[in-house]
Amino acid sequence: MKILVALKQVPDTETKIKLSADGRSIDPTDVKWITSPYDEYALEEALRLKESKGAEVTVVSLGGDSVKDVLRNALALGADHAVLLKSDASDPLAIASALAAFAKDKGFDLIMAGNKGIGGDNASVGPMIAELLGIAQANVVVKLEIGEGTFRAEREIEGGTEMVEGSLPAVITAQKGLNEPRYASLKGIMGAKKKTIEELDGAAPAGVTSVLNMVMPPARPEGRKLMGDAAQQAADLFSALKDEAKIF
Amino acid sequence: MILVFCELKDGKLRKPSAEALSEGRRLADASGSKVGALFVGASTAGAADATKYGADVILTCEAAHLASYSSDAFATAIADAVKSKSATVLLGGATAMGKDALPRVAARLGAGYSGDVTGLSMVEGKLQALRPVYAGKAFATTSFSSEVQVATTRPNVFEAVEKPGAGVMESLPAPAGDFKAIVKEILAKGTGKPDLTEANVIVSGGRGMKNGENFAILEELADALGGVVGASRAAVDAGWGLSHGMQVGQTGKVVSPTLYIACGISGAIQHLAGMSGSKYIVAINKDPEAPIFKLASYGIVGDLFEVVPELTKAAKALGIGAHH
Ligand SMILES: Cc1cc2nc3c(=O)[nH]c(=O)nc-3n(C[C@H](O)[C@H](O)[C@H](O)COP(=O)(O)OP(=O)(O)OC[C@H]3O[C@@H](n4cnc5c(N)ncnc54)[C@H](O)[C@@H]3O)c2cc1C
Ligand SMILES: Nc1ncnc2c1ncn2[C@@H]1O[C@H](COP(=O)(O)O)[C@@H](O)[C@H]1O
Repeated sequence: MKILVALKQVPDTETKIKLSADGRSIDPTDVKWITSPYDEYALEEALRLKESKGAEVTVVSLGGDSVKDVLRNALALGADHAVLLKSDASDPLAIASALAAFAKDKGFDLIMAGNKGIGGDNASVGPMIAELLGIAQANVVVKLEIGEGTFRAEREIEGGTEMVEGSLPAVITAQKGLNEPRYASLKGIMGAKKKTIEELDGAAPAGVTSVLNMVMPPARPEGRKLMGDAAQQAADLFSALKDEAKIF
Repeated sequence: MILVFCELKDGKLRKPSAEALSEGRRLADASGSKVGALFVGASTAGAADATKYGADVILTCEAAHLASYSSDAFATAIADAVKSKSATVLLGGATAMGKDALPRVAARLGAGYSGDVTGLSMVEGKLQALRPVYAGKAFATTSFSSEVQVATTRPNVFEAVEKPGAGVMESLPAPAGDFKAIVKEILAKGTGKPDLTEANVIVSGGRGMKNGENFAILEELADALGGVVGASRAAVDAGWGLSHGMQVGQTGKVVSPTLYIACGISGAIQHLAGMSGSKYIVAINKDPEAPIFKLASYGIVGDLFEVVPELTKAAKALGIGAHH
């Protein structure tokens, strides 16, 4: 089996967002970059399939030179090949097009991605790749079984989950709960330093969306503390919710 | 035309669909366009509901083999409807189905896609979308250069406004029945309660709850308020038997209820990212310095095991849940 895992480099979740002078992006100063957390579940699932069924795992990331960190880390965890698609594309469809063009005709049985790249929060590159390749998809997956040319994926929906069955090749996007990602071993980290990262031109088409501007969220109105004992606080809360907030 | 992909549940229009449809109506009024509501499934009985929220046309794509959701079949049905109506804007609720199908449709049509948006406008005939990024730590305005523009609307943000439309019914041909993937089974927990993303009232518990059994007091309060229970990641990961689906935050659900009550949650940046879009926030924490208080509309410094039962008592006395 051949598995492709798409990895996105994103700002650490601890990042305090500041805007750049251009007013359309975040200020990258002091930002620590990580592999998008959902992509870690995607990679872990691929590595587990490699261990249980035998598979060749390729990781791919589209971006600048800095995304090599993400690829290097994936090699340390056990990925077999790493590919950097050099591009500064930011539109989800352009990114998906470049990733799909890379994957096309390479015989991947499974393409794993995160259900959403945190930060951009688009949650669209996975299904777009599936469409561009004309293959099956299951998104926000918490459980995956691979059969002979088939898959069964349990995916999160409102108030529960649903079981999707389909044929391979397929795009599966990972959700928290799918597995517990491993840590890299020292041996893995040392080994990864010797592996090469293949660099290709990302060749993403022109984007169809762009960010016009970015602003900080509106400040929340000043709150207040409720005093007295628990019964008093409860009474005050409901009168405030009724009279000030007009909720009830 | 502005086309809105609508979902039915038990023969009724789902609330996120009513919200998307109302927003479609508002945009159409502003740009002198028409609104179509599109329904796909084995039975589209109940589709007439869309008239209430301003649909000029109700398009139904009905076939027995569409009884279960299939990403590729639904994407085909939706993309074909966009083409046959020459729609330039396609909207849908940012639901499990909407978020699964609409990016796929966008790719099919070479269209720009903006997910989970919280504001929309038409500027010189083109859609512009406001959406939270970095889980709400910033907001971006997206513009589109494609002919077709696709967006999903975040539940609970847009108002569902009743405004009757003409509601002319029209049926569309269904796509062929050989799917690459299909839903075989719904493994719902059957609580009958709304999902966190759609709930009006959320009562969330964190590590301060101490164990999973104690969540029963949050259930009681939530029931009294007609709400649902959520959790911080620390609570979900503590091995207390809480489901991942309950997690609120940057790597959980991003929620926007009218009222969010945080019990024993410190207010880590990743948690705040998931709930700072709540209209009113109540925080109950015994630590007066807990960061959650910076966001709280109403802060209660105290022991949640004393405060929560008092809240439940007060809510029951006022018969609040009944109004909801
Ligand atoms: C990559 C990444 C992603 C993450 N994503 C998320 C996410 O999506 N959602 C999320 O929630 N977290 C997330 N986190 C975790 C986050 O950083 C915090 O660890 C977590 O939110 C803390 O949960 P908590 O507030 O319940 O626990 P704590 O921080 O331990 O806070 C417990 C609070 O309870 C109070 N308390 C204790 N007893 C009582 C009592 N009897 N009465 C009243 N108050 C009491 C304490 O004063 C304290 O403030 C993420 C972390 C990382 C690294
Ligand atoms: N630049 C990228 N390089 C590689 N994979 C990506 C990139 N952008 C998005 N992806 C993949 O697509 C998923 C969804 O991303 P998004 O649609 O941006 O939220 C991510 O979790 C990744 O698996």
